[in-house]
Amino acid sequence: MKSKTSNKAGSKYLNSKGTQRRTLMKGAAATVAAGTITGAPLIWAQNIKNVTLRQFGTGVSNLNDVANKVKEDLGFTLEMTALDSDSVTQRAATQPKSFDIADIEYWICKKVWPAGNLQAMDTSKIDNYDNIVGIFRNGKLNPDSVIAQGTAPHSVGFVDGPEGKEFVDEESGWMTLIPTIYNADTLGIRPDLIGREISTWAELLNPEFKGKASILDISSIGIMDAAMVCEAMGEISYGDKGNMTREEIDKTMAIFTEAKKNGQFRAFWKSFDESVNLMSSGEVVIQSMWSPAITAVRSKGIPCVYQPLKEGYRSWGGGLGLSKNLSGLELDAAYEYINWYLSGWVGGYLMRQGYYSAVPSTSKDFMSEDEWGYWFEGKESQGEIVNPQGVVLEKAGAVRDGGSFEERMGRVACWNAVMDENQYMVRKWNEFIAA
Amino acid sequence: MSSTTVKSSSAKPSSAKPSSAKNTLVGWLMASPLVLILGCFLLLPIIAIVAVSFWASTEYSYFPAFIFENYEFLLTSPVTLSVYIKTFMFTGITWFLCLVIGFTVAYFLAFHVRTLPMQIGLFLLCTVPFWTSNIIRMISWIPFLGRNGIANNALQDMGLIDEPLEWLLFSDFAVILAFVHLFTLFMIVPIFNSMMRLDRSLIEAAVDAGASSRQVLTNVIIPLTKPGIMIGSIFVVTLVMGDFITVRFMSGGQSASVGRVISNEIALLQYPAASASAVVLLLTVLIMIGIMLRFVDIRKEL
Repeated sequence: MKSKTSNKAGSKYLNSKGTQRRTLMKGAAATVAAGTITGAPLIWAQNIKNVTLRQFGTGVSNLNDVANKVKEDLGFTLEMTALDSDSVTQRAATQPKSFDIADIEYWICKKVWPAGNLQAMDTSKIDNYDNIVGIFRNGKLNPDSVIAQGTAPHSVGFVDGPEGKEFVDEESGWMTLIPTIYNADTLGIRPDLIGREISTWAELLNPEFKGKASILDISSIGIMDAAMVCEAMGEISYGDKGNMTREEIDKTMAIFTEAKKNGQFRAFWKSFDESVNLMSSGEVVIQSMWSPAITAVRSKGIPCVYQPLKEGYRSWGGGLGLSKNLSGLELDAAYEYINWYLSGWVGGYLMRQGYYSAVPSTSKDFMSEDEWGYWFEGKESQGEIVNPQGVVLEKAGAVRDGGSFEERMGRVACWNAVMDENQYMVRKWNEFIAA
Repeated sequence: MSSTTVKSSSAKPSSAKPSSAKNTLVGWLMASPLVLILGCFLLLPIIAIVAVSFWASTEYSYFPAFIFENYEFLLTSPVTLSVYIKTFMFTGITWFLCLVIGFTVAYFLAFHVRTLPMQIGLFLLCTVPFWTSNIIRMISWIPFLGRNGIANNALQDMGLIDEPLEWLLFSDFAVILAFVHLFTLFMIVPIFNSMMRLDRSLIEAAVDAGASSRQVLTNVIIPLTKPGIMIGSIFVVTLVMGDFITVRFMSGGQSASVGRVISNEIALLQYPAASASAVVLLLTVLIMIGIMLRFVDIRKEL
């Protein structure tokens, strides 16, 4: 409730702020133009080639292709390190000197921002700021959308100033993370081994799939999937799945512990590859899964469906954050990089893997009409759909599971989150794993 | 490790003799590399871990304090008990199987294979699996044991089973199988070593005195290879007690061991809690080794 009212206030603020920003942008453009005359950018352009930015993040967007393209388009070096979510959190919170750019998820941001290792970004320096999808600015995909439960990106997207520690609800002009990619997650299934329709999260604990189900063992995400299941079963109704009470956590874990003891689960997975292997080997027929993992299974020629479910999706989003240690030329390079990131090439690259980009309008220019139709608009593919590596994912006539962007992102029931009772939840989750 | 301790302790009395200052200096210099290495890489980290175990932490940071909360939570949590029981179970079964297999293999190598080149050749054969990383050796069990893996397919083709055996993979069975596979060599090597150094005339004497082969085994060979058995046991026990990756992969993430609890806590930035768990684990393993050393005086036997 609280966030809803403050968002109304936020959108009012936006109107006045929006015009202000545009004037600012004009000013900035003028400065740049003046700079060109004096020849300063030329020196800058040469210096920037010596800059190396160190980025780390989860495997989803830490791609060497991106680093290569940065070198080609911008001239400076981007070093990538891919880690799992836990290690990413750990590094962002404890080793500020080890990175320049953190590619983290919004719920991780909520956790690590108070540690003070990241600096807020001036949105007036972001060219495509106005084109960023509403989800990341005021929380709404469309003006009439209802904001989902959990750590919605906009709620941890802004702080009150360059040194701000507190998140604010309105678009303050100081962004914590520049959104890069996001998606709506659901259960992955093996239709060939199940042989019937799956339409609800409750199926994960259906005894029919005893010993053939799996859930991911990353507590903050796993608990969400568990909550989606318990709610779908009608066992628990939550106040906010993204911020459960101790009682709700206890009840959720009790249901899952019982299922575990009854042998419902074949395994728990922690990394992307594990989920792919479990699914493609047929050890598991229904499990929590990430979109590119589905694509990876399918590209082996094994049928696998990212099943839309009636209760909606569990969604997540990631973004780039700047280390507090960045300044001067390196900070300029980082802004340059972020502007480039939102300018379309990366967006197109990621969208062809099934993610969504924060600025779809620019990504469109880097995708064929058929690709845009298939991935974004949910239309039937006209020709073969290939991923950025050139592997054929779908033949002509295929339709994306879940349909268009609006249909998928418009049906988000919950965002990945960190709860106030996080430590309690983690303890309970560990008990569940040890049970 | 143990041999160096022997040397340094036997060197002590001689250097302690107050013959000259030069001798003392030489003694100190000779001991200093070991002192430095052990001090920097063993003692300091342990001191740091013990210190951090009393620190306080929030979700994203930890800071110096002197609180017992980490230990209090650890020692009162039902998870700790169940995890330790599970870890002891893994350790006990793995130790027993490694001992039986390791002793048999070593016995065969030492007493049944006649020529030395053959012994060395076969011994090297035992180490072949160690040419690859132990993670690879462990993970290669997964496709083998899976629902549609080679093991299940073979058993089904032979008509021994109608349905795939589910408990082959992602189970305690799989964990112990991987442990035994990974660690048996650590048992074979010291036992084989003890057996090779065993004075053969003792066996001849026992046989001449009318001992049956079983009596030779229980009264001569086993007592004399005890140091080897004990060293192997220490290896296996410490390795299994501290493991986290084998348990995670082979149980499909469904079983917990003490090592996994620690690795989880580290992943969740709970360094003080992880340190407290590590200290408790360290003490447990030290006590176990202390008990094992009660049975054999390794220094004397070596």
